[in-house]
Amino acid sequence: MTSMFQRWFGRGWLSLGYLFLYLPIIVLVVFSFNSSRQDMVWSGFSTQWYAALMHDDEIISGFGLSLRIAVMTACSSVLLGTFAAFVLDRYRRFPGRTLFSGMASAPLVMPEVIIGLSLLLMLVSVQKMFGFPERGAATIWLGHTLLGMAYATVVVQSRLQEMSKSLEEAAMDLGCKPRQVFFLVTLPNITQALASAWLLTFTLSLDDVVLSAFLSGPGSSTMPIVIFSRARLGLDPRVNAVAALTILVVSIGVIASSLYMARAERLRQKQISAAFKGE
Amino acid sequence: MISTLKHMLTLRWITGRRFVISVPFAWLAATFLLPFLIVARISFSETDGENPFGNLMTYADGVFNLKVKIANYLFIASDDLYVLTYLSSIKFALITTLFCLLIGYPFAYFMARAKSTVRPVLLMMVMLPFWTSFLLRIYAWKGILANQGIVNHLLLSLGWISEPLHLMNTQFSLLIGMVYAYLPFMILPLYANLVKMDMRFLEAAADLGATPLQAFWRITVPLSKSGIIAGSMLVFIPAVGEYVIPELLGGPETLMIGHVLWDEFFTNNDWPMASSVAVVVILLILVPMAILNKYQAEQREGGRA
Repeated sequence: MTSMFQRWFGRGWLSLGYLFLYLPIIVLVVFSFNSSRQDMVWSGFSTQWYAALMHDDEIISGFGLSLRIAVMTACSSVLLGTFAAFVLDRYRRFPGRTLFSGMASAPLVMPEVIIGLSLLLMLVSVQKMFGFPERGAATIWLGHTLLGMAYATVVVQSRLQEMSKSLEEAAMDLGCKPRQVFFLVTLPNITQALASAWLLTFTLSLDDVVLSAFLSGPGSSTMPIVIFSRARLGLDPRVNAVAALTILVVSIGVIASSLYMARAERLRQKQISAAFKGE
Repeated sequence: MISTLKHMLTLRWITGRRFVISVPFAWLAATFLLPFLIVARISFSETDGENPFGNLMTYADGVFNLKVKIANYLFIASDDLYVLTYLSSIKFALITTLFCLLIGYPFAYFMARAKSTVRPVLLMMVMLPFWTSFLLRIYAWKGILANQGIVNHLLLSLGWISEPLHLMNTQFSLLIGMVYAYLPFMILPLYANLVKMDMRFLEAAADLGATPLQAFWRITVPLSKSGIIAGSMLVFIPAVGEYVIPELLGGPETLMIGHVLWDEFFTNNDWPMASSVAVVVILLILVPMAILNKYQAEQREGGRA
């Protein structure tokens, strides 16, 4: 009896929790098709806000900039994050390890206003000394990479941790050099983590407001900056349309990549077990 | 020069190791550590909108410097607005953490006790919102809670209320947004902890006559302590300095320090003051961050064993 109750209570709690997590997403998508300008009252299906979006130059150019920065950020974050994760997982002792692990994870929790302010002040002092860099896409990229690297490190590190070391040891025994081990054994084993880290940092960058606001210069408004300034003023149905589109693209990306990765993983496992059987 | 470089790169294990360590180390030192040192220095410099670095580099008069140095901090300590704002930021962060724990603990618990085939799906569903825009999800709450929003519309049409409730731009809307945004940060470490728990402890407790509730309080909760602490810190620390959520969902009664810092910087152009505000925030979250580091390390080591 109690276990029955427990089970249903558990299911109820989970359902309500997921409803809470997904309610805003559902609302955004549904109301992007609302025909009314009247904020949140349903008055019929329409795609007018998508059409309006196509003529919204501010958002379109912001999107272009955001996309460029996000691609660069994702690549650099995954590269640096892999380095950091490798260091944290494999090099247990080196001078400054405590400082290093602290710095690697601090951006995850550090309030963004503080990261943004301090990076900007540093860039301004650098600029005073050397005359560059101008604030713009490059400086935004720098800030996003700092944040993205921390996320990428967590994702890659947890994969490195659970990965069996015996494969690497075997490769080493068979005469592989450390660099070969890394590229031939370690890297293929962590591709899934690299892909999800890439996607995560990509969307992180595509979404960031605070760092971008601190680090952007005149004329370099990313899409979130545009959306944020409009959202502050009130509700804008075009923003709903942007939301629905990004959600669509991201969900397709995430689902497709996780399906692909799951298949690749299955294939790899099959090969491994076949190799063991065949000896 | 090039030959030394080549030499360094081709020397395998030792220098390879050094290279692998130094790349991320140098990057973090340059983009994370150095900026904080600069902020700390600027926070001690004189308020001067034109040239915030003005008297920073000169150490002509030690006495004068000392006087200038702490002026910003004295002002923060003596000004009611700053003190109240810090206190209210901490208050909102604490309440957010508490609610995330109250909602997130049972959530993570039931996730961890679900069938092992369902668990990856449940986990994926918690992570998925991370991949959709945080800004837009917060913005959506505006539409849900507004006077002409979904909640009011629903309640009005049900006849439960005769006038729209004023939900937006209140402490309530701020807390909804904060709990919403930070809930996954509570759930994920708790889940990671609870899913690893050895169920034999609970069986032993049951064999020894403990009721499920007793077993929960005396075994499950203490064993998940590191998850609780890690999750709470992951919520509390960023919540203290949150800027976007109070800006979109908060109101006049929801003072947050992130807003003050932003204003000092962008509106007043007072860089030294903004830096001082930031330094005080950093000091506030230093202890929570140390605790987080400790328990995260503990949890990782636990995962290894």
